[in-house]
Amino acid sequence: MELNAKIPSGPIDQHWTNHQFDMKLVNPANKRKYNVIVVGSGLAGAGAAATMGELGYNVRVYTYNDSARRAHSIAAQGGINAAKNYQHDGDSVFRLFYDTIKGGDFRSRESNTYRLAEVSMNIIDQAVAQGVPFAREYGGLLANRSFGGAQVSRTFYARGQTGQQLLLGCYQALQKQVHAGNVKVFSRHEMMEVVVVDGVAKGVVIRDLVSGRVFSDVADAVVLATGGYSNVFYLSTTAKGCNVTAAWRAHRKGAGFANVSFAQIHPTCIPPAGEGQSKLTLMSESLRNDGRIWVPAKAGDDRPAGQIPEAERDYYLERFYPSFGNLSPRDISSRRAKEMVDSGHGVGEMKNGVYLDFKDAINRLGESAIRERYGNLFAMYEKITGEDPYKAPMRIYPAPHYTMGGLWVDYNLQTTVPGLFAAGEANFSDHGANRLGASALMQGLADGYFILPLTIGDWLARVKPGDTSTDHPAFKDAEAAVKGKVDKLLAVGGNKSVDHFHQRLGKIMWDKVGMARNADGLRLAIKEIGALREEYWKDVRVLGKGESFNQSLEKAGRVADFMEFAELMAYDALARDESCGAHYREEHVDAEGEAKRDDENFAFVSVWEYKGVGEEPTLHKEDLVFENVALSTRSYK
Amino acid sequence: MDLTLHVWRQDSPKDKGRFETLPAKGISEHMSFLEMLDAVNEDLIDQGKEPIAFDHDCREGICGTCGMMINGVPHGPLNLTTACQIHMRHLKGATEVWIEPWRATAFPVIRDLVVDRSAMDRIIEAGGYISIRTGSAQDANAAPIKKIDADMAMDAAICIGCGACVAACPNASAMLFMSAKVSHLGFLPQGQPERYERVLNMVQLQDEEGFGNCTNHGACQNACPKGISVDFIARLNRDLVKATLAYKPYEITAV
Repeated sequence: MELNAKIPSGPIDQHWTNHQFDMKLVNPANKRKYNVIVVGSGLAGAGAAATMGELGYNVRVYTYNDSARRAHSIAAQGGINAAKNYQHDGDSVFRLFYDTIKGGDFRSRESNTYRLAEVSMNIIDQAVAQGVPFAREYGGLLANRSFGGAQVSRTFYARGQTGQQLLLGCYQALQKQVHAGNVKVFSRHEMMEVVVVDGVAKGVVIRDLVSGRVFSDVADAVVLATGGYSNVFYLSTTAKGCNVTAAWRAHRKGAGFANVSFAQIHPTCIPPAGEGQSKLTLMSESLRNDGRIWVPAKAGDDRPAGQIPEAERDYYLERFYPSFGNLSPRDISSRRAKEMVDSGHGVGEMKNGVYLDFKDAINRLGESAIRERYGNLFAMYEKITGEDPYKAPMRIYPAPHYTMGGLWVDYNLQTTVPGLFAAGEANFSDHGANRLGASALMQGLADGYFILPLTIGDWLARVKPGDTSTDHPAFKDAEAAVKGKVDKLLAVGGNKSVDHFHQRLGKIMWDKVGMARNADGLRLAIKEIGALREEYWKDVRVLGKGESFNQSLEKAGRVADFMEFAELMAYDALARDESCGAHYREEHVDAEGEAKRDDENFAFVSVWEYKGVGEEPTLHKEDLVFENVALSTRSYK
Repeated sequence: MDLTLHVWRQDSPKDKGRFETLPAKGISEHMSFLEMLDAVNEDLIDQGKEPIAFDHDCREGICGTCGMMINGVPHGPLNLTTACQIHMRHLKGATEVWIEPWRATAFPVIRDLVVDRSAMDRIIEAGGYISIRTGSAQDANAAPIKKIDADMAMDAAICIGCGACVAACPNASAMLFMSAKVSHLGFLPQGQPERYERVLNMVQLQDEEGFGNCTNHGACQNACPKGISVDFIARLNRDLVKATLAYKPYEITAV
């Protein structure tokens, strides 16, 4: 597997400008001869499809959702970063770039990250012009707030629904292109396979989720904008439908999967309430501005929060990190919470949370001030738990939230399979080992609107449009494989539901490939995943028919892919014998229990090559070179 | 909690459909409504029966995918709450629950509780956007927008497109949905150039798609999980009247 990142030469602030000039162009009259398939309709997918439609390409979008507007980008709450420096507080492209590299614990590629910071400004202009109603000040200018890991206010927001508003902007731009006839959107259609012809991606195999029909679609390029894989943990904050199938199928066809084990665990989620828990809900990180996190100092203390005197409470984040306290970064806060719960200090009926207490803030500022700041979040909390956070502290616990890892891409966002591109959370490129808050929306839109529609032209200009048809044997083989998988799942006729297996997989992943990992646990996880996968194919029960609307069958296919993918995640975590960002190896901690990076041996992107189900994958390395930001240790003490 | 469910089962769009009575036993009050359905589905699978099909995705009330009539009320008993955010404690005291899909000509049933809402996408396609080519925008702060206008636009823009307004309306009208988009864009200076063409095209399409007209019942506003106000319908009507009377589409003539 050849890893040529195609990083442009010259000073980093000239990379993107020079690269845009160096890329080949498709002339306007020829664009309509090219077909592009986009899988996924979130910020990256819809943004790219709409923009490529505008440019004149023929675009077809496939999404498993019933409408492009439902993609999971919609659920992002907090905001979107941009180096606008509207607050005149010393922000710059370089500072956003620097913060992102450092926040990612030096495991991302400088050149891509710099470009992200550079185009962040265009995103805000674009969104405002589309009518995204960002928060404004009384003078009519855009408002900003600050977010974790930054010392400037560069986050733009639309109440607690920034992702929704940005996605609707994308969706509307997309629908306009649908109206214009440049883009076709196929909702309730799931991508089941990538088709590779002579080493080049030429199309996909799709299952129409309503009729169950399996068919092929051919194009001159394929874009996967299919999001992250946090649902490998079963319980996560991502939508129930989010899955790894598209990325995994691409991996099986030769696309390298990079930094697979980098998964962000968000510290402020509502803990599970029982066996039937189906997903976890995030409470915005902003709550940590005024809430204090604590647990009973005595393990197993059963008293209600109000009856535990101050002296018997352990405000552990304030104790460990006096200068950042309750606002310590996500990875660190999450790990400390887990430590507390694991050592018997957990709170709530199931002893599976820590307190986030607003009592001091309410005493200091008054209940109305807190209501004004967090009213909607408090109401959401009460709706879900039935507890009133104005009276008793909230209970929170970390939950899988975002995956920094993804398909390896070069500077053009092209995977190791020519003609196959990956955008947004589906690629690995910009966040290293830990993503900063309000940067996911930024990356999705940067890839979608401003990068991919240009870089894909460089590829298309090199290929003859329409040189392949779905009659090619590679398409027939892929279709047969998909139908075979569907039939096989329906034929197992076992005793346990798909969810049963997904829950068990999630437990293995959470316990052994979750927030804290060690070599023995990871080796054991690989064994357990393999055994569970075998059991799955012997004992799963999927009812109904293939040629119908069949939600169990949809889930079964996705879980089957998670069963294969999970192993790769464990291999990656095992191979990365250091701690960095969200990847915390218990063997590599300093005297105070903090993650210890090993730059000498691990300053690389791990890129995995598929070798077969249950086979050990092959590791390739893309060395990371830091010329613009000096490697340093993160400290939040 | 022990409940008796009466769930609408319909195998395909052409099937006539019927209510099926199913027990939901030992349900924790901490479960969400959809988790209760998950549990019932697990039981059904155990018995070798096909599970109830229902749409859902984010399960935190923002994607707009879920939606069903719970005891005759869109999204169930709690105000400003989607079906996925209803928890079983909110149904305390209930022993029987009737669960049905959205009922509207423009929303054909696909299976059980799942309906086809693509007509709403087509309404947006007809004009629910501001035409701006990627990369051609001016600086975001070049044109200040009054806070009140931005806030009003946001009040309309929070629509999640779930279709509860249509399901609640005796005429199955999409006016609240449509008026939210017309108002969101109409409050902003960027939305002005296409303002009247937009409202004409969207309303025409909603009529063609088989949605009914608005007769001021206001059931939509009560059902809306995001609290979108019927005032926006008045605003849409104002724009519609102006557009019908005064707006003339361009006629391109040779120079």
